[in-house]
Amino acid sequence: MSTFVYMTKCDGCGHCVDICPSDIMHIDPTTRRAVNIEPNMCWECYSCVKACPNEAIDARGYADFAPMGHSVRVLREEEKGTISWRIKFRNGTEKNFVSPITTKPWGEYIPKLAEADLPNQGEINSQILYSEPEGLNTKKELPTINKDSFKKGVYY
Amino acid sequence: MPKNKTVYENCDVLVVGGGMAGTGATFEARHWGRDLKIICVEKANIDRSGAVAQGLYAINCYMGMQWGENQPEDHVRYARNDLMGLVREDLGYDMARHVDSTVHMFDEWGLPMMRNEETGRYQREGKWQIMIHGESYKPIVAEAAKKSADKIYNRIMITHLLMDETKENRVGGAVGFNMRTGNYHVFRAKTVIVAAGGASHIFKPRAVGEGMGRTWYAPWSNGSAYALPIDVGAKMTQMENRIVLCRFKDGYGPVGAYFLHLKTYTQNANGENYEKKWYDQTKELVGEYIDHHPTPTCLRNHAFIQEVMAGRGPIHMVTKEAFQDPHLETIGWENFLGMTVGQAVVWASQNIDPKYQNPELTTSEPYVMGSHATCSGAWVSGPEDLSPPEYFWGYNRMTTVEGLFGAGDTVGGSAHKFSSGSFTEGRLAAKAAVKYIQDQKAEDIDVSEKQCENFREIIYKPLENYKVGRNEITAGTVSPSYILPLQGLQRLQKIMDEYVGGISFNYMTNENTLKRGLELLDLLKEDLEHVGAEDYHQLMRAWELKHRTLTSQCVTEHTLFREETRWPGYYYRGDHMKLDDENWHCLTVSRRDPKTGKFTMEKMPVYHIIDDEEKKFAAS
Repeated sequence: MSTFVYMTKCDGCGHCVDICPSDIMHIDPTTRRAVNIEPNMCWECYSCVKACPNEAIDARGYADFAPMGHSVRVLREEEKGTISWRIKFRNGTEKNFVSPITTKPWGEYIPKLAEADLPNQGEINSQILYSEPEGLNTKKELPTINKDSFKKGVYY
Repeated sequence: MPKNKTVYENCDVLVVGGGMAGTGATFEARHWGRDLKIICVEKANIDRSGAVAQGLYAINCYMGMQWGENQPEDHVRYARNDLMGLVREDLGYDMARHVDSTVHMFDEWGLPMMRNEETGRYQREGKWQIMIHGESYKPIVAEAAKKSADKIYNRIMITHLLMDETKENRVGGAVGFNMRTGNYHVFRAKTVIVAAGGASHIFKPRAVGEGMGRTWYAPWSNGSAYALPIDVGAKMTQMENRIVLCRFKDGYGPVGAYFLHLKTYTQNANGENYEKKWYDQTKELVGEYIDHHPTPTCLRNHAFIQEVMAGRGPIHMVTKEAFQDPHLETIGWENFLGMTVGQAVVWASQNIDPKYQNPELTTSEPYVMGSHATCSGAWVSGPEDLSPPEYFWGYNRMTTVEGLFGAGDTVGGSAHKFSSGSFTEGRLAAKAAVKYIQDQKAEDIDVSEKQCENFREIIYKPLENYKVGRNEITAGTVSPSYILPLQGLQRLQKIMDEYVGGISFNYMTNENTLKRGLELLDLLKEDLEHVGAEDYHQLMRAWELKHRTLTSQCVTEHTLFREETRWPGYYYRGDHMKLDDENWHCLTVSRRDPKTGKFTMEKMPVYHIIDDEEKKFAAS
């Protein structure tokens, strides 16, 4: 489904232009509204649809294999932490789904490492990464292998 | 020459690509390098970029060591088996021993993990997969990268790596352009971590016309993961090991949850289990590998392809039973909505309700990747404590170019990383890069103004080609002086499809067609000096195409070198149809001489550092 933009709903804010991973949502210089300039490089990822504050962007299944008359609509609500989908079949069948998108307030539990505890002396030469070995929750050291076993099983 | 500004930036750690691996690298670099300048450059917007832009419904690589579910050695056995014996076990083990700490961070950061109500553990989809509500997976990890980086540059495509002029074979940074402003960006850097994407759209896709972008792997993954290191002479490995996916037809919706969690299964048009019918024939080709458990993915593909060629398609996924359970039906749909919305659209448009109709499956066009169930990529050093001498040269995940590191799709040999493993590999590369700087390996790097200016001219040439050539013609897309990026892309796809084992030839190739393919790729390479770009967006497409073409040359050279069919179902060497462990139980390694553009090939040993036996760990 390549995306397209409704003339009467789009106000040219550019949120879709900003987010599109394929760089194909552009502002049309004549209409001053968004347009998908390269439908054949659209992955139907819905990033633009989710980002649009005016519900102006929709998708129509790719012309080469999708018959018309269907729709898959989405509403992503960051403050509620949910995403809601409505699927409408060509024959009218409807299915609705709601899923969580996060369990925490946005970004609050992501550490700013510049302000976190410094690594211990010499740890740069060890094999552990940030938060390890505690972060593995195994109450053990990081696993390793005895190199003596390598001689067996080498194929040239 | 357009009047573009040049923007200079000097930094210590430059991360190229802000997908899963790049965000992991950017995040971790800050922990080890508190005073270092860390920059991440992304072609799109890191909030929605890379293969996870759309979200994911599962994390496909999690050991569960805390519950004794799996150990790193189990994962090595699994990946090795799936790739028909050939992986870098040191890299795989290394990724696997760290990946749990990565996933635990994601949980802490707010990624919704599904939990098994009885055990309280993460809900398993299969032995390695855990289920998530991952619509916002990418924005969450992007936030972590933003908090660590000094600066994130969005909408800049990196086209070339810069090389140090005082010491040979040492990296000095990277250059590219901003596709919105047109500005030329020079990043002088002590270390570069290439965390860019693998390659979709190098083989002709099944979808045509408007639907061309509906490839399984994201269309914006243009092989920069490979082209950047290949171009500066870094060694590459297993580039012939392309992947073909068995997926729902047209939308390429994922099948993992269907097979593993919903327990759906496949059958041919007559309702028969076709896989076992091909057992004897497959055994002829690959010997005892067909008896391995689980059956390697390529061999399951092989049965699928043979059955369709025998005229008993289409192959269906039997969903009607599972979908009677409303809970499983919800999972089946949400699985698509969480990561491949397009499949839901296809089913809605064709009135396919899997509750009442078993949907069709297909095998995709081939892709080149290092992160999924395949392991093409750069030949990198492993970690000191795990790697045999041939696999170790000082810094974990460093390529054969000094100061140039890789992660995710860039790194060859470490298969089955997926999203969590790619993020983890980014963390590993970042720590090693910081250590490289602290060890004073990056002193006195000199990248001259001349080198930067030279690239500036090269980068913008497609705009000039268009401007000049466009004046020759009245209108339209046909010019005797330039080709457009899309025209060049379709030519590349046709060459790869017909000569290197694409869908049109049922993945078949041989020495003769590969050699002809290389000739045609050389001609395309020459013509790409004349690619014309109308604007900065098309300039990006032009450079994507150049990266794809260089990647394709490397893939074809590797395919020619390996004289066996190691992975039937991914591709076939018609002149060497059997797996040949006597001569080819090894890794293939290539190097392209940056001065001559010629590839040289060599064999490297496979170390099986993990034994065959599976130890039993008590589940607590």
